[in-house]
Amino acid sequence: MKFGVVVFPGSNCDHDAYHVIKHVLGARVEYIWHKDTTLRLFDAIVLPGGFSYGDYLRAGAVACFSPIMPAIVQFAARGGKVIGICNGFQVLLEAGLLPGALIPNNHMRFRCQEVYLRVSNNATAFTSDYEAGQVLKMPIAHYCGQYFADDGTLEQLQDQERIVFQYCSSEGEVNSATNPNGSRHNIAGILNEDKNVLGMMPHPERAAEQVLGSIDGLGIFKSLLGKD
Amino acid sequence: MWVAKIVVTYKEGILDPEAKTIQHTLETLGYKNIKELETGKYFEIKLQSNIERSEVEKLIREICDRILSNPVIQKYSYEIEEAE
Repeated sequence: MKFGVVVFPGSNCDHDAYHVIKHVLGARVEYIWHKDTTLRLFDAIVLPGGFSYGDYLRAGAVACFSPIMPAIVQFAARGGKVIGICNGFQVLLEAGLLPGALIPNNHMRFRCQEVYLRVSNNATAFTSDYEAGQVLKMPIAHYCGQYFADDGTLEQLQDQERIVFQYCSSEGEVNSATNPNGSRHNIAGILNEDKNVLGMMPHPERAAEQVLGSIDGLGIFKSLLGKD
Repeated sequence: MWVAKIVVTYKEGILDPEAKTIQHTLETLGYKNIKELETGKYFEIKLQSNIERSEVEKLIREICDRILSNPVIQKYSYEIEEAE
């Protein structure tokens, strides 16, 4: 199992993801430069968090036209696993690999805090290490994290069990009081139709070592490794 | 030369918290008759005059659809003018 971590100008969670995969998970990992146009042999690709291209225009809007993106779109089309975290999620939405959009938080504040997430579907390549309904603790750090999709898209996401993570209480209750940014249906992470592309706002790579307060994020990387 | 003036705004129904905050501030300052306030992004693109207006329009639409707006949440309008 070999991971690739894409580095855009302005990515700032690329090293965190690389560190967790290599030193905590013990898997093979390489950086992928945004100006590359071809991919070496990878099994999973991480689009990391940060502020690619300074969030100019819209978060993720410029990065989705990076030279590497056509190769990543092709990789995903062939069934390769892709995970976009925070800014990486924004890039996947702008690139059309996932439906919907992320707009500024409903309260207009940057939120940097720990949140609880409910694993709403554990029968995926990214969540098989978790129990169904398990509550995870992970940090969020974003201004533009309010997930929006029209009613039809939301219905489709629900019917096809593509809503993977939802913001919840420590007890697993999903409601407006546990929604940190106004996301529709408390959505924190979704899958594409083929379920090989995951986008999520919370940071699993920042919750993979006990010293950082939680190891709940590690399960995503372990799940991927288990499918090797 | 051609000058295209483009404004990108949120579609109806998309919460624009920035606009709500500005509107609220104006109301606090005593501007009571404001019915609605919308925010947006303005772009100005200058193009060489050696192409037809229809071609400029086609190009501007393509740029707006592809890059300047996100059709999931935004809409755009534009004006094309001729300038020296």
